[in-house]
Amino acid sequence: MSLFEGRNLICIRGGRHVFAGLGFAVSAGGALVLVGPNGSGKSSLLRLMAGLSRPASGGLSWAGAEIAGDPEAHRARVRYIGHLDCVKAVLSVSENLSFWAGQYGPAGPDEVRRGLEAFALENLAGLPGQVLSAGQRHRLALARLAASPGELWLLDEPTVGLDTAAQEHLTAAIAAHRGAGGRVVAATHTPMDLPGAQTLTLEPFALAARAAEAELDAEPAW
Amino acid sequence: MSGLAHGFWGLLTRDLRLALRRRADASLAVLFFVLAAALFPFGVGPEPNLLARMAPGVIWVTALLAVLLSLERLFLADYEDGSLELMVLAPQPLEMTVLAKALAHWLTTGLPLIAAAPLLALLYNMDPAGLPMLVVAMALGTPSLSLTGAVGAALTLGARRGGVLIPLLVLPLNIPVLIFGVAALDAALSGFNPLPHIMFLGALFLGSLVLAPLAGAAALRQAME
Repeated sequence: MSLFEGRNLICIRGGRHVFAGLGFAVSAGGALVLVGPNGSGKSSLLRLMAGLSRPASGGLSWAGAEIAGDPEAHRARVRYIGHLDCVKAVLSVSENLSFWAGQYGPAGPDEVRRGLEAFALENLAGLPGQVLSAGQRHRLALARLAASPGELWLLDEPTVGLDTAAQEHLTAAIAAHRGAGGRVVAATHTPMDLPGAQTLTLEPFALAARAAEAELDAEPAW
Repeated sequence: MSGLAHGFWGLLTRDLRLALRRRADASLAVLFFVLAAALFPFGVGPEPNLLARMAPGVIWVTALLAVLLSLERLFLADYEDGSLELMVLAPQPLEMTVLAKALAHWLTTGLPLIAAAPLLALLYNMDPAGLPMLVVAMALGTPSLSLTGAVGAALTLGARRGGVLIPLLVLPLNIPVLIFGVAALDAALSGFNPLPHIMFLGALFLGSLVLAPLAGAAALRQAME
């Protein structure tokens, strides 16, 4: 069973301990939902998983192999949806999407159409990015998932700004992805329809980090 | 086409398309170049021999400043809308991304400067016999400016007032390009062999072609932390 695992992760950002002693495991077809109040480190954990930042201690592995040992293989698997939508105002919807799909390998009109259809953007394909609403921009960001398949989806608040129909598109896309053996890690405040998903509550690990920090401060500085 | 070449080509064509759609932004550097160079005669007076003597230095210095002016946007727009995060996460090496961005910058900024330079040289009453050398020297020198500039632009991401910091970081690195660019032109105009200077410009270009993508990629990774 190949697992995407994290062990004993410690994250320090800007000199502040965000969380400590955190571990997780996601199997093929599995889903992990990160919950916790603002500032408990959901986005930081997703960035660690993506490889955008490195843990202060602990390790991440994919099917037993350390991710730090082969970051390029990991980057080829990861599809990350962050808070920002990466939509260029002067490029059309399909140009935006086809550029991002092309960054992960050769992408033709078929891939772009698949991405547009997955989030009902076909009618907007020719519009420039600057006329899109916030929700439409976010759907365009999510369409990257369907246009360039990758094994591991890392979604940071994927439902923000989505209407009911778009949320259903997202649920369907995630279900199809997991059905094909893909994994999903999502940080969210709104309940998402993910059957069989594990939930990881970040608050205890954030508190552990605070405690470790207080201990460090209490030690005499030589 | 391999995945590597595909990612590089995709990024290059996207940046060129963005520049084409925002022509006003892209033409800013070349407009500054022409205007700044046209100011000097008002300051030093219209004496033709003096202007002809000054032409190589004025053209190179203003070209350098025009390139600096355009560097801030090199990574900043992609940094602000999150695109840079995705580029760091894309499977191809980040060095290729830096190289593609620098090449796009040179095509949209350096190339127009090279095209405008002979016009300015004629305005300055420079001997037309020096024009080919001016174009050759600028064609070899301006890519180095884009490459070192990309490193400066990457280093200042996330810094407040990064646009002011870039010239402080990049200008010292560009002094050799200025020296050999002007020297090549001066040599050609006074009948000496400009080849040694041109070879130095070529060496600077090759050196920055190797080092700038490495340094720029390291700086981008740092900016993502």
